[in-house]
Amino acid sequence: MSDVLKIVDLHVSIGDKEILRGVNLSMTEGETHALMGPNGSGKSTLGLAIMGHPNYNCTKGEILLNGENILELEPNERARAGIFMAFQRPVAIPGVKMADFLRHATTNVRNPDRKEGEDLIPMREFRKEIKANMEQLQMDSEFARRYVNDGFSGGEMKRAEILQLAMLQPKFAILDETDSGLDADAVRLASQSINEIGHNKMGLLIITHHDKLLEHNPPNFTHVILGGRIVETGGKELAEELHAEGYDRIRKQYPEAAKVNDESESEAEVVV
Amino acid sequence: MSTELTESQELQSTEINKYDFKTETTAVFKARKGVDAEIVNQISDIKNEPDWMRQFRLEALKIFESKPMPEWGGDIDLDFQDIFYYLKPTTEQGKSWDDVPEEIKDTFEKLGIPEAERKYLAGVKAQFESEVIYGSLKKDLSDQGVLFTDTDTAVREHPELLREYFGKIIPSTDNKFAALNSAVWSGGSFIYVPPGVNIEFPLQAYFRINEENMGQFERTLIIVDEGAQVHYVEGCTAPMYTSESLHSAVVEVVVKKNARCRYTTIQNWANNIYNLVTKRAFAYQDATMEWVDGNLGSKLTMKYPAVYMMEPGARGEILSIAFSSKGQHQDAGAKLVHCAPDTTGTIISKSISKNGGRSSYRGLAKVEKGAVNSKCSVVCDALILDDASRSDTYPYIEINEQDVSMGHEASVSRIGEEQLFYLMSRGLSEAEASTMIVNGFIEPLVKELPMEYAVEMNRLIQLQMEGSVG
Repeated sequence: MSDVLKIVDLHVSIGDKEILRGVNLSMTEGETHALMGPNGSGKSTLGLAIMGHPNYNCTKGEILLNGENILELEPNERARAGIFMAFQRPVAIPGVKMADFLRHATTNVRNPDRKEGEDLIPMREFRKEIKANMEQLQMDSEFARRYVNDGFSGGEMKRAEILQLAMLQPKFAILDETDSGLDADAVRLASQSINEIGHNKMGLLIITHHDKLLEHNPPNFTHVILGGRIVETGGKELAEELHAEGYDRIRKQYPEAAKVNDESESEAEVVV
Repeated sequence: MSTELTESQELQSTEINKYDFKTETTAVFKARKGVDAEIVNQISDIKNEPDWMRQFRLEALKIFESKPMPEWGGDIDLDFQDIFYYLKPTTEQGKSWDDVPEEIKDTFEKLGIPEAERKYLAGVKAQFESEVIYGSLKKDLSDQGVLFTDTDTAVREHPELLREYFGKIIPSTDNKFAALNSAVWSGGSFIYVPPGVNIEFPLQAYFRINEENMGQFERTLIIVDEGAQVHYVEGCTAPMYTSESLHSAVVEVVVKKNARCRYTTIQNWANNIYNLVTKRAFAYQDATMEWVDGNLGSKLTMKYPAVYMMEPGARGEILSIAFSSKGQHQDAGAKLVHCAPDTTGTIISKSISKNGGRSSYRGLAKVEKGAVNSKCSVVCDALILDDASRSDTYPYIEINEQDVSMGHEASVSRIGEEQLFYLMSRGLSEAEASTMIVNGFIEPLVKELPMEYAVEMNRLIQLQMEGSVG
């Protein structure tokens, strides 16, 4: 049976401010979904709520993974259940080596019942795997010895997120602007890598402003989010339309959602 | 009793479990409690000391009695007359572990010292209460003229060398606890490294307090002659009692021209020990002195290792790690004094506070007149793990010269919610994520340690972290 991630009438607040106002979305493994929308529409918020960020308070609705509500699960339990998010601006963890961090992460995700202090996956096996993945991403082997996201360039950060995607092999991955801040070559490499790692295998929810990423990973569905709601869903031609023409038609067609969006856009969107 | 209190007591006992055992021993001699001229004379008698040392002690006692308690640092709630100042555990120091009384040998076996000695040490001193009960030094080093004895032996066997420096780096008048140590000191290490000799593996001393209400006052003097190199490591533990014990050491280091000395401390005293220690080094021309000072245990630590850069080109580097948990106050820091031109000093301090612990950085960076073109940099970072814990920074800077470079950076951070979330989103539990962040925080210091000590340090941090997330 295929894995299904289903979001039902999800309302999410930060503090007392409601950002998502009833989002419905259903993804099946192997599908690629594009999530598009203007600034402040709630794209990152949806991703962070699915991942379980403590500041994002789900006030109503459900997130169902294969029929089970994961809203009460901690982020680490969601990760072990097969959810992943590549962050737009991942935080630095000084002093913690990429390899050490990833070995813990990979072990936990592969052995969801592992308790703290129990054995990690064997070093030899892990090294072999990370090396192969890093080569594919054209990353220098020195990278594994660097501290997590510490002093990384924008491109290195994004590649490090994709490396984690490759190692953790989630059922569902949210990619939050994994192509932003990269030059043309880097965008192509990122897009191709994501395609090789996840396209047609994982359920991918791709948040992007660019067309390159979707060119390599053509979406089965495109969702337009505005004012905290998905106002329209279409195929890959909808993504193409938005890339070519922007959001004017959407705003005109959904004036109420556009109004809500304008109000929340004036306050900066909180992103990780 | 509330449940919360019970839980935290359990936590504490697991944290120090490995070190929290008492050995039943029969002392050869135990002085009565308290400190006065009679006790000081008694110590001098037992050690059969030359008159100059007896006079040095008696003089120091007067200074101790006349000096007020320090008005800064932590709260010291100690009755000086309720402490044993001298306890001689055995008649003689062993040259082999087989010479050491069985129960004391067991103690050090449990602490892993003989094993470490076999694997990677160039020499060992093990002090139990007031006396060094075991000592060794690799033969090739003694053949090269390296001296590594306890300080009492040095008084007898190397009086001229010792007298040239003893009490000269840290005079008895320096502070109340230096005066107390000078009056009742016993044990400690005496090291002399002849010119050009490079000791590749560390020399280690291990200090163990076993009795309740005990005072341990070791006295260490290290002389690194021109162009020589040494790394000295000390570890300290004690079992947990209901009443307090006192550890008050004096450590003097002389690093001559082009020489290099690294002094590493991993202090993991039980949480009822007052650890009030004075450590100071004089570094001469183009010499380098490094203090790596890890403070994890004790009730209160007040310790500020110092480097006085006496001649041009001298370097002082001080790395300080403090970890304070429930009922602990680490008032730790460092002192750099630039006395000559072209000297370079660095202080890096990292402190972690959790479960209501308090960590303070207290440091002095001083540039004397004439010390032109000296560079001094101080970085102190504090990490606070919860709302009950506290961190303070007391930086003192005195500059009496124009042409110098001085940098000071300080940061205080709470364990980052975003960092925790990031690691947890990759499948790490909250406890695992916190430990990883803390280990990362001190990594710049731990990576300076030899591998065996880095492993030990990480293990101690792990123990301190256990159960820290509710």
